[in-house]
Amino acid sequence: MKLPIYMDYHATTPVDPRVLDVMMPYLTDRFGNAASRNHSFGWEAEEAVEKARKQIASLIGATAKEIVFTSGATESNNLAIKGVAEMYAERGNHIITAATEHKATLDTCKRLEKNGYRISYLPVTASGLIDLDMLKESITDKTILISIMYANNEIGVIQPVAEIGRMAKERGVLFHTDAVQATGKVPVNVIQDNVDLLSISGHKLYGPKGVGALYVRRRNPRVQLTAQIDGGGHERGMRSGTLNVPAIAGLGEACELCQKEMPVESVRLGALRDRLKDKLTANLDEVYINGTMETRLPNNLNISFAYVEGESLLMGINDIAVSSGSACTSATLEPSYVLKALGAGDDIAHSSIRFGLGRFSTQEEVDYVADKVIDVVRKLRDLSPLYEMFKEGVDLSKVEWTAH
Amino acid sequence: MAYSEKVLDHYNNPRNVGAFDKTDPNVGTGMVGAPECGDVMKLQVKVNPISGIIEDAKFKTFGCGSAIASSSLATEMLKGKTVDEALQIKNTELVNELALPPVKIHCSVLAEDAIKAAITDYKKKAVSAGVAQAV
Repeated sequence: MKLPIYMDYHATTPVDPRVLDVMMPYLTDRFGNAASRNHSFGWEAEEAVEKARKQIASLIGATAKEIVFTSGATESNNLAIKGVAEMYAERGNHIITAATEHKATLDTCKRLEKNGYRISYLPVTASGLIDLDMLKESITDKTILISIMYANNEIGVIQPVAEIGRMAKERGVLFHTDAVQATGKVPVNVIQDNVDLLSISGHKLYGPKGVGALYVRRRNPRVQLTAQIDGGGHERGMRSGTLNVPAIAGLGEACELCQKEMPVESVRLGALRDRLKDKLTANLDEVYINGTMETRLPNNLNISFAYVEGESLLMGINDIAVSSGSACTSATLEPSYVLKALGAGDDIAHSSIRFGLGRFSTQEEVDYVADKVIDVVRKLRDLSPLYEMFKEGVDLSKVEWTAH
Repeated sequence: MAYSEKVLDHYNNPRNVGAFDKTDPNVGTGMVGAPECGDVMKLQVKVNPISGIIEDAKFKTFGCGSAIASSSLATEMLKGKTVDEALQIKNTELVNELALPPVKIHCSVLAEDAIKAAITDYKKKAVSAGVAQAV
């Protein structure tokens, strides 16, 4: 077993060596521009792009022509939301999203809010899921788009996408889903789920960074978008710019591998994740799992070790790469807004650790991580005045703290 | 973020972890911070009522590595000082000693607050117990 151990697969994944093999020729000999229509360099580049389009479409139940390449899922989310907002502005100005969305969605919505759009940010329950009745009530005749993520990047919970899609379709509202964490990990099907727009990122599914895709439905209904980047009319006019052929070829291959391996791999990861969860919960008291375990990515575990601060825990397990919702680990010094949205309180966010398992995770690694975390949590609890008070039977919610 | 050697040392080998009996008249207890802010420090001093010298100090901290290191170092600095000398300890001394980055200065401020709270608690107890002359 090699140290450090990488267990932060929600943040990014390594490029699978098989993906790299497919990319290499397009970084070297086959360097053509896919838009060059009059020589073989262009043709072979275009061929690679079209193959990738098919591979991606196949993974999500779409057709190749419905795939638009972007620089990553942040751009895909921007293009989907701003593109719809602009294109359908005459029909309405209302967009529905959720409080636990990725910043690429939330910040995009905030920008639109400044430009006169009305945005509803649906709260989530303690499970991390939106309330479908609340969604239903939020839809008005001015609503043009619902943007709800498929699976959450922090807590891994999977939203009721099929129900949302059905509701959107019934009301004639477009449905966009940020499926960055779900695609390639769990079955995603845009037809079954009535998804109109879907964002994908390369580096979350063992492809390269700097490439992503947006699925844009072409039939029933035909979704139109106002381009956000102009200059040449590539990608059916929706996204100009010379295509990043090696990265696109890699993204395509990455999708094909995910599709092939998903049935076995998702079971393997689910078992490893449960092993980690069971070890931690069996050996430590006052451990809380954030978000429902019922509909959740098989590779995600988000857990709070009460009375232990997240950054200090990370410091003690410095040969393990994981992330925390603690304020001290974030650039903004604010604890995770996703965990806060679950309503569990800031202290739970401060004590949270996100474990993200992936293709190269092993049982040996899981056992090492579990033992190490248990050891460090115990050590830090010996240091924790809160754990001491808890053991003395003090109700911490009734203590008058000197907040600073 | 990289931690300084000194922060790592205090984190890995925290000094004076533990608790004194809060009801002991010679013990002053200070608890500052809040769980929702991500740090709580409990700092205790045991004072010789005759000399007014801090004979021992203990801490427990919920917080990041820098908060743990700040309170650990604070207990070391307190020992051997009189209560009035202890009140002169400034957070900047902790910042310099631990080489805390700007984003972690609040940890040292909290430790200074904890010292002040512990001394204040001791003085209050001493007054009510009628041993104010030692203070």
